[in-house]
Amino acid sequence: MLKGSGRKNFSFSLTDVVSISDFGRADIEAVLEKAAAMERMPREKKLKLLRGRAVASLFFEPSTRTRLSFETAIQNLGASVIGFADANVSSVKKGETLSDTIRVVSGYADIIIMRHYIEGAARLASEVSNKPIINAGDGANQHPTQTLLDLYTIKKAFGRIDGLTIGLLGDLKYGRTVHSLAQALSLFDNIKLAFIAPDELAMPQHIKERIAHKVSFEEHAELSSVLSELDVLYVTRIQKERFADPAEYERLKDRYVVDRKALQGAKETLKVMHPLPRVNELSYDVDSTKHALYFEQARNGVPVREALLVLLKDVRKW
Amino acid sequence: MVKKTEKGLYIKPIRSGTTIDHLPAGTALKVLKIVGKAENAITVAIRVPSRKLGVKDLVFVENKTLNEEQLAKIALIAPNATVNIIENNEVKQKIHLQTPKEVHGILECINPNCITNKENIPSKFYINEQGMAKCHYCERIMTREEYSVRIRV
Repeated sequence: MLKGSGRKNFSFSLTDVVSISDFGRADIEAVLEKAAAMERMPREKKLKLLRGRAVASLFFEPSTRTRLSFETAIQNLGASVIGFADANVSSVKKGETLSDTIRVVSGYADIIIMRHYIEGAARLASEVSNKPIINAGDGANQHPTQTLLDLYTIKKAFGRIDGLTIGLLGDLKYGRTVHSLAQALSLFDNIKLAFIAPDELAMPQHIKERIAHKVSFEEHAELSSVLSELDVLYVTRIQKERFADPAEYERLKDRYVVDRKALQGAKETLKVMHPLPRVNELSYDVDSTKHALYFEQARNGVPVREALLVLLKDVRKW
Repeated sequence: MVKKTEKGLYIKPIRSGTTIDHLPAGTALKVLKIVGKAENAITVAIRVPSRKLGVKDLVFVENKTLNEEQLAKIALIAPNATVNIIENNEVKQKIHLQTPKEVHGILECINPNCITNKENIPSKFYINEQGMAKCHYCERIMTREEYSVRIRV
């Protein structure tokens, strides 16, 4: 317990951030608490937190938002950043294995941030590196820092996560963001989830089974049938690259369009979230409403990533 | 050690070796692969009547006992199979198969984009109570049906 603070002092037990499945509620709370502290901290003080440290940013697959927000976080903390934004410039092109690349980089950097197009790459990296690995996305598998910033955004907007009714809409079959978010939300109390998707893109059975005993959920084909109950509506893009059949994509891509009209009948306090980038599923006319939370959500990537870097900065696994 | 029908035996009893009974119909050939190229006689019966299962498969291996890895692999395919070690026409030991909670280097991941199918590292899976296997690396979940054809032999 922090003296006089009145806040709970959650401890962070992880040595790597690979998968949201590794997180307990206390770990999540520790990250959210630290992220709030990072937002309150004066810039000059923050700059000293990782001064003299090197953070590797290895992007084997392109990314804008995630990479830039990590690199902003690194610079805000006074650390230097080494790495690449494109695997074509690394020795991977010469045929080096991932294990070797990571072993070498772990000799240079204090923390390694990694995005890779192969699923499980981050877990492997965490097993060969004595420095902490932060997974910035491994193929279609996990993107835990997105989930943490989603949770932070919800907590910041409502002051709590427990007791909220949260709708997940769009591609619930292939969308890793919604899988991880549903899993993380199942660690909180009295959460009600609404899965809103066409049958073809419904939440997979294995995810439903994993959360079934921890959280209550309903499935809906239409947003209108559940909208009035929602505190948060989390919209996701239907990803063209996931469809083997282009005709199937064309048929489903405009199935849900969230615009001002679609939000009529929502609670005044409803917040709309989206991991971005958006295509047609979230209309620009929502941007100027009090429901829009997605740009704030993107901004929250920075304090959450700062928090993770601070929590992991002294970890040495062996 | 053999199921008799009214007219006789589907499969000849063995004097010594290992009998694997109550295999779900259709799994005998997978079990044969696990047992491997024995120099010994192996008899197989496929889809014979069974009171317990309706129909079942049987594999009898003469003069051979199975190692732990082989038993673990059989447990993955047929957790309710009965394995007996026979010596001098008698059951010397009944082996209770147990689905392992964790398997290393035994299963191949169904996900072609999993790191274990890209780099030369041993696979690792966690098997839950429902018999579903979760990849330690890519977290993909396989059903028993899916992984029983992905056992490295």
